[in-house]
Amino acid sequence: MAFVDCLRCRECGRTYPAEARHVCEFCFGPLEVTYDYDAIRLTTTRESIAAGPPSIWRYADLLPVSGNAPVDLFAGYTPLVRADRLAQELGLGELWLKDDTRNPTGSFKDRVVSVAITKARELGFKVAACASTGNLANSVAAHAARAGMTSYVFIPSDLERSKIAMTAVFGGKLIAVDGTYDDVNRLCAELASERVDWAFVNVNVRPYYAEGSRTLAFEVAEQLGWQAPDHVVVPIASGSQLTKVHKGFHELTLLGLIDNGDSVRVSGAQAAGCSPVADAFASGADQIRPVHPDTIAKSLAIGNPADGWYALNVVRETGGAIEAVSDEEIVAGIRLLARTEGIFAETAGGVTIATLARLAAKGIVRRDEVVVAYVTGTGLKTIEALGDTVGPFATIPPSLDAFLAIEEETTR
Amino acid sequence: MSVTVRIPTQLRELTGGEGEVVVEAGTVREAIGGLEAAHPGIGERLLDESGQLRRFVNLFLQDEDVRFLEGLDTTVQSGQTLSVVPAVAGG
Repeated sequence: MAFVDCLRCRECGRTYPAEARHVCEFCFGPLEVTYDYDAIRLTTTRESIAAGPPSIWRYADLLPVSGNAPVDLFAGYTPLVRADRLAQELGLGELWLKDDTRNPTGSFKDRVVSVAITKARELGFKVAACASTGNLANSVAAHAARAGMTSYVFIPSDLERSKIAMTAVFGGKLIAVDGTYDDVNRLCAELASERVDWAFVNVNVRPYYAEGSRTLAFEVAEQLGWQAPDHVVVPIASGSQLTKVHKGFHELTLLGLIDNGDSVRVSGAQAAGCSPVADAFASGADQIRPVHPDTIAKSLAIGNPADGWYALNVVRETGGAIEAVSDEEIVAGIRLLARTEGIFAETAGGVTIATLARLAAKGIVRRDEVVVAYVTGTGLKTIEALGDTVGPFATIPPSLDAFLAIEEETTR
Repeated sequence: MSVTVRIPTQLRELTGGEGEVVVEAGTVREAIGGLEAAHPGIGERLLDESGQLRRFVNLFLQDEDVRFLEGLDTTVQSGQTLSVVPAVAGG
């Protein structure tokens, strides 16, 4: 908290104290946390960060909370994996994967939620709530349990079974809503006006929540030996994560911790069944037209992306690109990643890898670049998406003869 | 046509704390006009200088985003509810 300056409207620049509010009272623009970077520069060094815990809290000086008592399930500080076999398949050079499948509840959402619930507790809230496509639901329920807070989690009723179980098991109130994520989001936005004593992590606590995604940039830079990559590929749902990854590299440069963070090219990944930001990029439009999502990538199925406009601008300004990939490409992307690197990603990871493949084929992601692709959630959550594309090679009785009879086929 | 407009917290300062305001209107644009007449100042919060809906303001007629309908020209029926909702981030 010592380093937080205020909340500032991204549209009109009006400022507000750092409390539980998320939109500008004048123009409804989103509020963003601003920091006293001069003060941070005096206390924060590569060494002080390296001496911190193996979680996002090693960057506590750069997070918008006091940090004295974080609600911590050890989110973040996930492996950055060199992916030579995938690179070879795609015709790329130095490729790295940020493996965020390895978070406490299996997705990058643990980063943002650890920050949001910590802030909610600091602000005195007793109830944590959210609208979610699944990953956020899992994480809010888990962190609320850890903090001893009550949780109300709202999800579309057609979510994957594992995401429902992985939320309900933590004992909060899970409310399934007959509608799309955008419907659930609207419900929660309205509910937030009626339940002002609840901390909706992606509504009234959103400015703090969103800041947690910057750790995706901080860690990559630290893991590359305090250097930013040349090009990153990030999935786009609301667009928040992509803009915060970009912000993270910029801030490290501002603080003198790296020197090349302002030259990172940022590319975005969407599913063709929900591609409002990719569509605007392709057409050169200056606004995002909302869509009704229809894709297996439910964690990215936000038809009305709140930060889509900012994500679009980041991609344009940094010389990146955005692709929209089909459901078939998504499944192929999941399988390609698993087959080449031993990492099992959820559908959003399939979207990212399929997008990386397209950008590589088009020469937009180049062989001479240091590339990082963000794999943001585990495949165990979206088993259904694979359908019958994977399964046993053969089913045999428990006899040697039976195996010998099919062994030759396995070598073909 | 009597239309109920649901007001978010951020604008209730202008409506004397009321969460719902009933206006007479035939279109969404007229509903915003009615709102401005009853509670001066609210119009500029919703519409920009060129009279378009601000980028981060969502209007839902019943359950549908008016941008999927005819935008500000969308016809409203008596008894319908128009919700003003700030955009929120996802996940």
